[in-house]
Amino acid sequence: MLKILKYSFYDLMRSRWSYVYFLFYLLLGFVLLFLNNDVSKAVITLMNIIIVLVPLIGTIFGIMYCYNSKEFTELLLAQPIPRRSIFLGQYLGVAGSLTFSLVFGLGIPFVIYGLFKSNAIFDFTLLLVTGAFLTMIFTALAFNIAISNENRIKGFGYAVLLWLFMAVIYDGLFLISLILFEEYPLDNFSLVATLLNPVDLSRTLILLKLDISALLGYTGAVFKQFFGTNAGLVISALMLLMWTVLPVWRIVFVAKRKDF
Amino acid sequence: MKATFYFLIFSFATSVFAQNPGRIEICPTCEVKTLKDGIEAGMKGDTLLIREGIYKEFNIVVNKPLILQGEPGSVIDGEDRGEILRIVSDSVTVDGLTIRNVGTSYMTDWAAIRVVKSRHYRIQNVTLENLFFGIYLERSDHGVVVNNRILGDATDEYNSGNGIQLWYSKHVDVEGNHVQGVRDGIYLEFADEVRIADNVSTKNLRYGLHFMFSNNDIYTGNTFEDNGAGVAVMFSRNIRMVGNTFRKNWGSASFGLLLKEINDAEISGNTFEENTIGINIDGSNRVVYSDNDFIKNGWAVKVLGACYTNTFSRNNFLYNSFDISYNSKMNDNIFDGNYWSEYTGYDLDKDGVGDVPYRPVKLFSYIVNRTPETIILLRSLFMDIIDFSEKVSPVFTPDNLVDANPMMKKQQ
Repeated sequence: MLKILKYSFYDLMRSRWSYVYFLFYLLLGFVLLFLNNDVSKAVITLMNIIIVLVPLIGTIFGIMYCYNSKEFTELLLAQPIPRRSIFLGQYLGVAGSLTFSLVFGLGIPFVIYGLFKSNAIFDFTLLLVTGAFLTMIFTALAFNIAISNENRIKGFGYAVLLWLFMAVIYDGLFLISLILFEEYPLDNFSLVATLLNPVDLSRTLILLKLDISALLGYTGAVFKQFFGTNAGLVISALMLLMWTVLPVWRIVFVAKRKDF
Repeated sequence: MKATFYFLIFSFATSVFAQNPGRIEICPTCEVKTLKDGIEAGMKGDTLLIREGIYKEFNIVVNKPLILQGEPGSVIDGEDRGEILRIVSDSVTVDGLTIRNVGTSYMTDWAAIRVVKSRHYRIQNVTLENLFFGIYLERSDHGVVVNNRILGDATDEYNSGNGIQLWYSKHVDVEGNHVQGVRDGIYLEFADEVRIADNVSTKNLRYGLHFMFSNNDIYTGNTFEDNGAGVAVMFSRNIRMVGNTFRKNWGSASFGLLLKEINDAEISGNTFEENTIGINIDGSNRVVYSDNDFIKNGWAVKVLGACYTNTFSRNNFLYNSFDISYNSKMNDNIFDGNYWSEYTGYDLDKDGVGDVPYRPVKLFSYIVNRTPETIILLRSLFMDIIDFSEKVSPVFTPDNLVDANPMMKKQQ
C-alpha cells in the first residue's frame, strides 16, 4: 500500500495541477496579508475560502484522478496486490498531496507575516486542520462517486452536484425549515442538522473560535452547552473524523466486491 | 464692662484652643480599646488613629466631624451582625481601614459604611470584604470616594448588595475604586452631577455600573469586564460616557452597555470588545456616538426601536459578527464617516472616503431576530448570497440606513 501511496503522491506532486493549487494558495495567503496587514481579519476571509473552495477542489480533483488513472488501476489489479492497498494507496496519495499543497501554500505566507508572534495562531491552526479534514472528506466522497459510476459525464455531474448541495443548497433547506418550524424548539434539530453536513460542521468549528460572543447570545440550553463548553469542539471533531472514516471504508468495501 | 468683654474674648479663645484637633490612639492594649469609645472621647476635628488589630464592633455611629485613620492591619470585623460604620455628621474622613463581615438582612440594607444626610465626607483607601452593601451614600452631597477595594463573594442576586450605592446624593466623586463580586458594582439612583472615573468593576453578578433616574453625570476611564451584564444606563438624561472599556460580557442577556430611555447623552472614545452585544439601545434619543471602537462583538449595536435622531460618526467597527441590527424597517438615525471592517467598496478619488455607500444592516441579522436558532448559519455561503442580494436591493432592512461616507482606513 505504501508503495502505491508513494507512487500516487509523487505522481501528483510532479503534476502541473498540484503546483497550480499550491501556488494559488501561496498567492492567496500573500495577497490577503498584503491587503489587510492584519492576521485576524485574514483568518476570517480565509475561513470563507476554505469552506467553499477546499471541498470543490477536493471533489473535482478526486474524481478527475480516479477517471484518469483508470487504466493504471486496472493494470495494478492484474498484479498480486490486495485491492484494499490499491485503492487506499491511491486515495491517500491524492488526499495527501492536496492537503500538503493547502497547508504549505497557506502556512508559508502566514509564518512569514509573523503568525507565531500573533495570538491568531490557534485560530489559524484550527483553520488548517479543518481544511485538511474537508480535503480528505470530499476526496473520499469523489472516489465513492467514481467507483460507483462508470460513466464519466454522469460521475462529474454527481460530483459537482454533491459540492453544490453541501455548500449551498443544504443551508438553504436548513434555513427554510428553521423558519417554517420557528414555533417549535429547534436547538436540537439545528445542531443535528449541522452535524450531518461536513461543510456546516467545519464552519461551526471555526465559528466556535471566531464568533463565540454572538453564538452565546441565543438562550437555548442545548446551544449553550454545545457552544459554551468544550463539548462542542470535541463533538464536532469526532463527527469530522466519522465523516472521513465512513466514506473511506465504503471505497474499500465497494472496491473489494466490484467486478472490474 | 470692658473687663467682661476681655474675659469673654479670652474664654472664647481658650475654648477654640481646647477644640484644636487632637489625636486619639485606639489599639487593643491602649487606653481606648474600641472605636465607639474613641468616637465618644473625640472632639470635633480630632483624628482617631486606629492601630493594627481586629476590632469586633458593629453599629458604630460617627456623629461628629472626625478623621478615622486606620493603620495597615486595622480591621473592623462586624461578625455578620449588622451595619458597621454609620456616618451622620458632616466632614468625616475614613481612611485606610479594612472592614469585613457585614450582616445580611432582608429588611434593611446593612452597609459596611453608610453616610446619611452628611456633606464633605471622604472615604479612601478602605478595603471591604465579605459584605452585603459596601459604601452606601444616602442623601449625602459633596463627597469623595477614592481608591477603595471592595471584594465581595456574592453568588445570588436576591441576597447580595451593591458595592458603591448612591441614593439622592449629588456632586460626588467616585474615583479609582476596584469593585468585584457584588450585585451591582456601582449603583446610582437619583444621583445627579456625579463623576465616576478610573474605576475597575469586574465579576459582578448584575451590572458593573447601573444608573437609574440620574442626570448630568459623567463616567470616564472605567473598565467593566466580565460582569453579568456590563453597564446599564436607564431613565437618565445628559450622561457623558467617555473613554471606558467594556469587555467580555458574554451571555444571552449580556451586553457591554444597555441604554434604556436615555436622552441627550454622549458616548465617545469607548472600547467595546468581545461582548455578546456591544450597545443595546432601547428608546433612546439624541445620543451622539463618536470615536468608539467596536471589536469582535457578537452584535456591535443592537437597536430595538423607538430610537430617534441618534448620530454615529467616526466609530471603528472591527470584525463584529453583526455591525448593526434593527428590528424594524424605520430608521431616523444617522450613520456617517465610520470605518467598517467589512466594507468592500473602493476609493477612486483617494480622499480616504469610500465611493460606494455601506449598508451596515444585514438581512441575516433580521432573520436571526426572528428565528434565533438560525444563528448557526452564521458566515455560511448561502447567507452571504442572501445578504448580497439584500444589499443590492433592500426589502427587509431599512433602505435609508446607509453610511454614505464610509472611511477607507481605521481611525486612530
